[in-house]
Amino acid sequence: MHVAITVNGALREADVEPRTLLVDFIRDQVGLTGTKIACDTSHCGACTVHLEDKAVKSCTVLAVQADGATVTTIEGLAQNGELHAVQEAFREKHGLQCGFCTPGMIMASVDLLAATPQPTDAEIRHALEGNLCRCTGYENIVLAVKEAAGVSQ
Amino acid sequence: MTTTAEPSTSIIGEPVKRVEDASLITGAATYLDDLKLPGMTHVAILRSPYAHARIKSIDTTKAEAAPGVVGVYTGKDFEDLPALPCAWQAGGVENLVNTPRVLEIDRVTFTGAGVAAVVAESKYAAEDALELIEVDYEPLDVIVDVEDAVADDAIQLHENAPGNIVMDWSCGDAEATDKALAEAEVVVKERLVNQRLIPNPMEARGAAATYKPATGEYTVWMTSQDPHIMRLLMTAFVFGIPETKMRCIALHVGGGFGTKIFLYHEYVLMAALAKKVGRPVKWMETRRENYAATTHGRDHVAYLEVGARRDGTITALKAKTLANLGGVLSTIAPGIPTTLYGRMLSGAYRFPNIYCQVLGVYTNTGMVDAYRGAGRPEATYVVERAVDLVARELDLDPVEVRRKNFIPPDAFPYDPVGILRGLKYDTGDYEKPLDRALEIVDYEGFRREQEEARKAGRYRGIGFSTYVEICGAAPSAWIGTVGEGWGAAMWESAMIRVHLTGKVAVTIGTQPQGQGHATTVSQIVASELGIPIEDVSVEIGDTLNTPFGYGTYASRSAAVGAVAVYNSLQKIKAKARRLAAHMLEADVDDIVFEGGKAFVKGAPDNAKTIQEIAGAAALGYDLPEGEEPFLDDTTYYDPPDCTFPFGTHIAVVEIDSETGEVKLERYIAVDDVGKVINPMIVDGQIQGGIAQGVAQALWEYGAYDESGQLVSASMMDYTVPKAEFYPSFELDRTETPTDVNPLGVKGVGETGTIASTAAVVNAVMDALAPLGIRHLDMPLTPERVWRAMREAKNGGGEA
Repeated sequence: MHVAITVNGALREADVEPRTLLVDFIRDQVGLTGTKIACDTSHCGACTVHLEDKAVKSCTVLAVQADGATVTTIEGLAQNGELHAVQEAFREKHGLQCGFCTPGMIMASVDLLAATPQPTDAEIRHALEGNLCRCTGYENIVLAVKEAAGVSQ
Repeated sequence: MTTTAEPSTSIIGEPVKRVEDASLITGAATYLDDLKLPGMTHVAILRSPYAHARIKSIDTTKAEAAPGVVGVYTGKDFEDLPALPCAWQAGGVENLVNTPRVLEIDRVTFTGAGVAAVVAESKYAAEDALELIEVDYEPLDVIVDVEDAVADDAIQLHENAPGNIVMDWSCGDAEATDKALAEAEVVVKERLVNQRLIPNPMEARGAAATYKPATGEYTVWMTSQDPHIMRLLMTAFVFGIPETKMRCIALHVGGGFGTKIFLYHEYVLMAALAKKVGRPVKWMETRRENYAATTHGRDHVAYLEVGARRDGTITALKAKTLANLGGVLSTIAPGIPTTLYGRMLSGAYRFPNIYCQVLGVYTNTGMVDAYRGAGRPEATYVVERAVDLVARELDLDPVEVRRKNFIPPDAFPYDPVGILRGLKYDTGDYEKPLDRALEIVDYEGFRREQEEARKAGRYRGIGFSTYVEICGAAPSAWIGTVGEGWGAAMWESAMIRVHLTGKVAVTIGTQPQGQGHATTVSQIVASELGIPIEDVSVEIGDTLNTPFGYGTYASRSAAVGAVAVYNSLQKIKAKARRLAAHMLEADVDDIVFEGGKAFVKGAPDNAKTIQEIAGAAALGYDLPEGEEPFLDDTTYYDPPDCTFPFGTHIAVVEIDSETGEVKLERYIAVDDVGKVINPMIVDGQIQGGIAQGVAQALWEYGAYDESGQLVSASMMDYTVPKAEFYPSFELDRTETPTDVNPLGVKGVGETGTIASTAAVVNAVMDALAPLGIRHLDMPLTPERVWRAMREAKNGGGEA
C-alpha cells in the first residue's frame, strides 16, 4: 500500500505492506533511527512519537493509519539548531543514562507539558506511566520535566 | 610566548554535564539495531517451546521456500564449532560444565534455547519463515524448582553432573562455625529465597557480522559490556583463529546490568552465518526472546543459621545455599554465587565465624548469571536479614545490633576471618553514614509515630541495610591465587594520544552502557592536563583500536579503569616536564606542571603550555636526547586490592491492612563510595540502583510453571516498575577515600541495588511485627502480604 506521511516537516512516501508498523516505517523507510523499539507489547514507550501533535506509541500504529498525517520524531524536536527545552532539561538534570528510553521519554514529556504546563511531581510520574526507564529510577526524569516546565513559563 | 591555556581548575568532584548526552537526546546515537550494512540480511531464531526435550528431527524445506528467505540453518550446520566456553568457574572445585551450542543439536534444556535460524531479506520475512520450520520434539521430564533438583529421586539433566550439581563450593571454617552455633546463647534459623529476576535493559540484545573471504576476517557488532572478552572467547575458544582475524565492536549500549557481559550463542551464530551466507547478517532480539534467552539473575535458596549472645553480639553465621544456574551455564555463572556471594557474607560486621556452602544446580530454566550487584545483593540480603532476625529474636533495636557488630574504624584493613582468601576490606567508617541516615529519617521521631500508628491499627515500618560491597575486580595478587575470575589478572587499560594541537584522545578498555565513562574520564584528563573538557575525546568499544580491557561490570570502571587513565596521565605529565625543561633550558627537577603549564618553580610567567609542549613533541625536530616524538602513552593498571564501598539505606513503609499493598513512603540512602569524581553521575547510579533493588523486594519475579514455561515472559506479565511506583529518594554521602588507588575512588554502579532490597524487606517485616510475622519471601506483593496478615490475624501469629 502507498502511504504519504509528513515526517519532521518533509513528505515521505513509500509502498509498504499493510502490516507495517509506523515505527518500522520511520526507522526503515525514512531512515530515522532515533525512535526505538524495546518491548513488542506497547508497554515501554521507547517508540513514542507525535502523530498530529499527540504522543503515540508508534509500535501500536500501522503506517497506513498515519497516511496523510504529520509525524514528529526526536530528530524533529530541535528547531533551527536549538534544542527543545525538554531536551535541554534532560541533559541539565541527568535525566538519562543509557539513552535508549530517552527519545520516547522526551517525546512523552513534551506531550505531557503541552497538556499540563505546570505539573506536580505526582502528575509527572502518573503521566509517564507508559514510558519505562531501567537506568535512572525516574528521579532525574521527574526533575528534568519540572526544569523544562520552569523554562517554558 | 603564548599563554592561552586556562588557569588550573580541577573539575574532579564537579557535577559536569555529560558529554555523551548531545547525541542521545537528539536521536543521533547509534545502537545495534540502528546499524545498516550494505546488502545486509536479517536473522530470526527459532526457540524451543519445551523446557526439556529431545530434538528428533528438523524439517526446514518449507521455510527455505518462503518468500525473501536466503537460508535456513540448524545446529547440524555448525557441528564443527564447540559449545560455548564457561570462562569463570568456581575456584578450587570441580565444575561440571554444560553450555549452549551455536544452535542446539540433540536436546534442549530450557524454553528459549535456540534450535534453528532463518536468514532473510527483511526482518518480517525472517519472522514469517520461522513458523514454517517443523521440529519434531520428544518432550522429557522437567525439573524447575532448585530444591526438587537436588532431591535424591530427581531426574538427571546432564550425564556429567550427578545430582544436577554444577559445583559444590565452600568458604569459611565449617567446624568452628558449627561449634560456635552449638555454643551460642540464641540461634536463629531461616530459609531465605532470593527470587529469580529478569534484568530488562531497555535495549535488548543484538548482533551483526560481516566476513571477508579474501582475508578471513570477521567483524562482529554486538550489544556488549566487554568486546575484548567477546573477541578473546570467540577466537580462542570457538573459532580457533588468531585475534587479528576478528574485530568486535560495541556501539551505544542501551543498558546491560550484567546481561551483556556474556558470550551468547547468537553472537557466535552471526559470525558463522556471515561466512556461510556471504552477506552481512543482523539479529535483533525481541523482548520475548530477551525474557526467555537472555540471562536472568539471583535465584538462590539460602538456609541461614546465625548464632548470637543475648546482648546481640553475633558469634556465627552459616549459609548453605542452592544457586539455580539454569539448564546450561552462561559465561561466568559459577563465579557469581561463589566469589561474589560466599566471600561477602561477613557484611559490615566482625563475625568471628562464617561458613558458606554453595551448590550450583542445573534445572530446566533459563540461564542465570550476573545481574546488577551479582552475588553481593544476595549476600547483603542474607546478612542484613540475619542481623534483623537476631534483633527480633532478642527484642533489640536493629540499629543497636548493627552498631554492636560493626567492624570498627581502627580495624581496617580488615580480613573477614579469611573468607576473602587474604583480600582485606580497604577502608571504612560504618557508623558515619548510619548516623547521618538516622538523622535524616529522624529515627526517634519515627519510632514514636510508629507506636501511635500501631495503636491506631496501622502498619508502619522502618528497615535498615548497613551494607558493604566489593568493587574493582580484580587484583592479580588475589584472583590468581584464588583461582577464580577469568583465569587472568584483571587489570585495565588506557591509551592516550596527545595530538599536535594539544587535543587529547583517550581510549579505554572499559565499556559503558549508560554510566557516563566518557564524561568521568574527560574530567580526569582535563583536570590533570589543565585543558578544557571540550579538548578531550574518549574512544570506546572497538577492539581494532583500543588496547585490551576487561570491560565494565563489578563496578570496576572507576576503581580500575579510571585509575589506568590517571596513571597514564602522570607519565604524560612527566614527559611534558622533560620536554619543557629542554624548551626552557632548565633542569627537569626544577620544572613543575600545574594548570596546563610547565615552568621553572617560582617562575610561572615563563611557562610552556601543554599545547605548546604537545606541538613541539609532535613536530619533533628539537627533542631532548633520547626522547621519542609525541606525549602518547599506553598504561595497564593492576590494582593492589579491591575496594569496599559501604553505607546505610533506610526504607520507611506503610502497609495497607485491607489490601496488603506496601507503600514505600521514604527512602534514604547515605553511601560512601570513596572519592567522588562526578556527584551528578554518582547520584544517578545510586538512584537507578535503588530502583532495581526496591523492585526485587516488592514487585519483580521471574516465574516458571511446573512444565518449565516462563510465566512472566513479557512486560505484560513481569513488573518493570514505573515512575509512579517510587517516592523521591533522599540521598547523602560520606566520603572515606580508599588508599588502594591514587584517585581514592571505590565504585558506585551497584551499591544501590546491593543495599536496597534488604532495607525494604526489613521495613516490611518491622511493619508486620505486631502480627508476629517474622519473615516473608520476596516479592512482597499485595497478595503475599495480605495472605500472611490474614493468616496471622486468624490465629497464626504471636501478637
